[in-house]
Amino acid sequence: MKNAFKFDRERLLLGIAGPVLALAVAFALSVLVLVASGLDPIEPFQIMFSSLQEQDVQVLIVNQWATYYLAALAVAVGFRMNLFNIGVDGQYRLAAVLAAIVGVKVSAPGPLHILIIILTAIVVGSIWAGVAGVLKTARGVSEVVSTIMLNAIAGNLIAWMVLKDQFGEQAEGSNDLTTGLIDESGWFPGIKVSDFAGEIYGFVFIAAAVGVVYWYVLSRTRFGFDLRASGASESAAAASGVDAKRMVLVSMLISGAVAGLAGMPELLGGTHTYSSNFPVGVGFTGITIALLGRNNPIGVAFAALLIAFLDKASSQLNLEGYPAEIAKIMQGLIVLSVVISYEQVRRYGQRRQQHRVGEELAAQAKKNRKEVSA
Amino acid sequence: MHAIVGENGAGKSTLMKTLYGMHKPDEGTIAVDGETVDIAGPADAIARGIGMVHQHFMLADNLTVLENVTLGAEKLYGIGGRARKKIMEISAAYSLGVRPDVLVEDLGVADRQRVEILKVLYRGARTLILDEPTAVLVPQEVDALFHNLRELKSEGLTVIFISHKLGEVLSVADDITVIRRGTTVASVTPGEVTRKQLAELMVGSELPTPETRESTVTDQPMLQLEHLTLAEGGVSAPLAHTGAGGTTLPESATTETVAAGRKLLDDISFTIHKGEVLGIAGVEGNGQTELIDAIIGMHTPDSGTIRLDGTDVSSWPVRRRREAGLGYIPEDRHRHGILLDSPLWENRILGHVTEPPNSRGFRLDIKAARADTERIVEEYDVRTPGIDVTAASLSGGNQQKLIVGREMSHHPKLLIAAHPTRGVDVGAQAQIWDQIREARREGMAVLLISADLDELIGLSDTLRVIFGGKLVADADPATVTPEELGTAMTGAASGHLETPDDAPGAGADTEDGRR
Repeated sequence: MKNAFKFDRERLLLGIAGPVLALAVAFALSVLVLVASGLDPIEPFQIMFSSLQEQDVQVLIVNQWATYYLAALAVAVGFRMNLFNIGVDGQYRLAAVLAAIVGVKVSAPGPLHILIIILTAIVVGSIWAGVAGVLKTARGVSEVVSTIMLNAIAGNLIAWMVLKDQFGEQAEGSNDLTTGLIDESGWFPGIKVSDFAGEIYGFVFIAAAVGVVYWYVLSRTRFGFDLRASGASESAAAASGVDAKRMVLVSMLISGAVAGLAGMPELLGGTHTYSSNFPVGVGFTGITIALLGRNNPIGVAFAALLIAFLDKASSQLNLEGYPAEIAKIMQGLIVLSVVISYEQVRRYGQRRQQHRVGEELAAQAKKNRKEVSA
Repeated sequence: MHAIVGENGAGKSTLMKTLYGMHKPDEGTIAVDGETVDIAGPADAIARGIGMVHQHFMLADNLTVLENVTLGAEKLYGIGGRARKKIMEISAAYSLGVRPDVLVEDLGVADRQRVEILKVLYRGARTLILDEPTAVLVPQEVDALFHNLRELKSEGLTVIFISHKLGEVLSVADDITVIRRGTTVASVTPGEVTRKQLAELMVGSELPTPETRESTVTDQPMLQLEHLTLAEGGVSAPLAHTGAGGTTLPESATTETVAAGRKLLDDISFTIHKGEVLGIAGVEGNGQTELIDAIIGMHTPDSGTIRLDGTDVSSWPVRRRREAGLGYIPEDRHRHGILLDSPLWENRILGHVTEPPNSRGFRLDIKAARADTERIVEEYDVRTPGIDVTAASLSGGNQQKLIVGREMSHHPKLLIAAHPTRGVDVGAQAQIWDQIREARREGMAVLLISADLDELIGLSDTLRVIFGGKLVADADPATVTPEELGTAMTGAASGHLETPDDAPGAGADTEDGRR
């Protein structure tokens, strides 16, 4: 058991080495970008870090975290079985708009109203992802292609649905089309921090709970084992008795359901309506986060926090005369360096482990030989 | 011609990879033509006239021989007439008989190997490394290969070949180097040693034999296949082409060449009884993989029924069949038997996730699975420092022992054993044979598929030969010789194999030898 511990600790260290290396590289490259554009390479980071002390930024980051965490988990479910669900963004937006519409049309007592909205989002998200799942299992269409296309379809569907002829409303003196405001019974209670900083969405805790469920299902259940086996080796999983098609469909449905939830912190806690200002691209950010967090629920949580920080703290940059796009560039650089550094670390770890297994066996063999000769 | 022999895992392949520049040596030097060299990589090795023919061919199926040979070496002679001329020249010089315009997918194993050799010669190699070139060939093809190699030798080329088949080494090599556990233990010439001595040098002790002594065959059928037929088709089938249709070479009937709609499995029927080992001999790619897939449930046959212990399981999914007592030692363990990046204890769960001790209800029972993994590691002598290392960090033989241990731990009613001892060392080989024998005594039925004819003959109670998706011959393992089996494996003999004289003419469309 001593050995087991040693190997585990090593795996943990290597697990941390990957993201740390990636972040260091991304940071260095960002500095280079700043220098190349003739800007002070360090001050923007100082500004971002110092904004962390402000309570309102803290609240914004935590609230953003919930959305990002859910979106990243949605992506991660797919990743764990080698499905690349690029459509999280479309699933999330379509789920949000339909949940908003249902929320407006329905009136029910508090918890029930919220539940109906959440269920709508889950169902819509799964159905939209399920389309890609069915296409893949029935016709062999790559989920990458189909989800990208479904994103475009979702975007246009949403634009059509928020028109005034359908479900849209336009507040007086505003160009903004919304789906109308959900009754207060459908607002998810939050935790008020202060008048100035606003409140932390209650849905933050739901997001954290989803992370726990994700961990439990994947690492502690038969289903999770089958899913991970499919991701590790489709052929071995099939030989072990996993129905590959069913697994693709089910994990797409789950991925879509979680994607549907990703819109809920904002809808239930913040805007209470779907408008053209509703954040776009959350699904893509989710891909970055899932990659950075290695699909591990805790890793993803930290990654989501980091990206939320980059997002929210960068708005300070504009005020100080720096382009806020620095944060975007940095996110892109993180993705690049993550992919490279993880592969490097993985190979290093594998080589090292093989080496050590060989070493230990050689040592054992030597000992045995001595014992025999003694 | 220099042969490197040693048991599996002795370091033969590592040595060759080092020569070919795929690994860097920690110490020591390599000298080519008396000159000490430092080989930086395969490209460097090629530049120095060292060429390697890998055990697994590296050819693009959908390109012609000419295209495969010129691929990556376009600068040498272009890709047109000049290249063709050069290929024909080399082919004629060493009587390789290569046809430049045939698609590689239409070629049999032996032909592909010749293309690989030509590829290496085309790049100007003066030293050829062949990694277990005979592993995939039947005895007659081995003779043809050695004939080619002698031609090369007479032209002044150096051939290094790796093998663990001692008979062929003794008959063909000029010098033999024996390696064991990564070091040279002897350098001998064929005249000096007998086969037995060589074997002892190789393993440090006497070679085990796969012989099964007393028969444990009962009359209760465990697996019954009736008229199993599977035609190529479905979405992944290539467009029908009849390239393989008129060819006379027997090797060209491997499944890769089967045009759409042709039968991969053709009316296969047999019964394996409790306590019986049924061995299937055949050149790889003649339907063995499809047969296994059909029995395990990964392929749905077009017609025919599969009965396991009296129950028709034809429509059952894989998992249900495995739960019903189907054990599986896959031919390609990396593809079908193991999760390389997962720890050993997760690999112990693989394939049996619904069975104790791995799970209780829908939950995994990680503690019990881990404890049982420790047991398997202990009982089956899996050499590992712990159960948390990934499967990838174990040697192939130890991975195989883990798989065998896992499958045996669930007391299968029927074990599908495809090349059960491929890549494992001699000690482990004997152990695996013992385990199969013991389980067979307790009533397990075994479907044994192996390229090792000695293993097939030694372990089986009944032997069948598969060729072109058909069972074309049967034999009694007590009397049949590897040569007779080899003849049937190329399709040159069918029916019941008694003595070589009884075999009907080549390619005859005689009825198969089903009882």
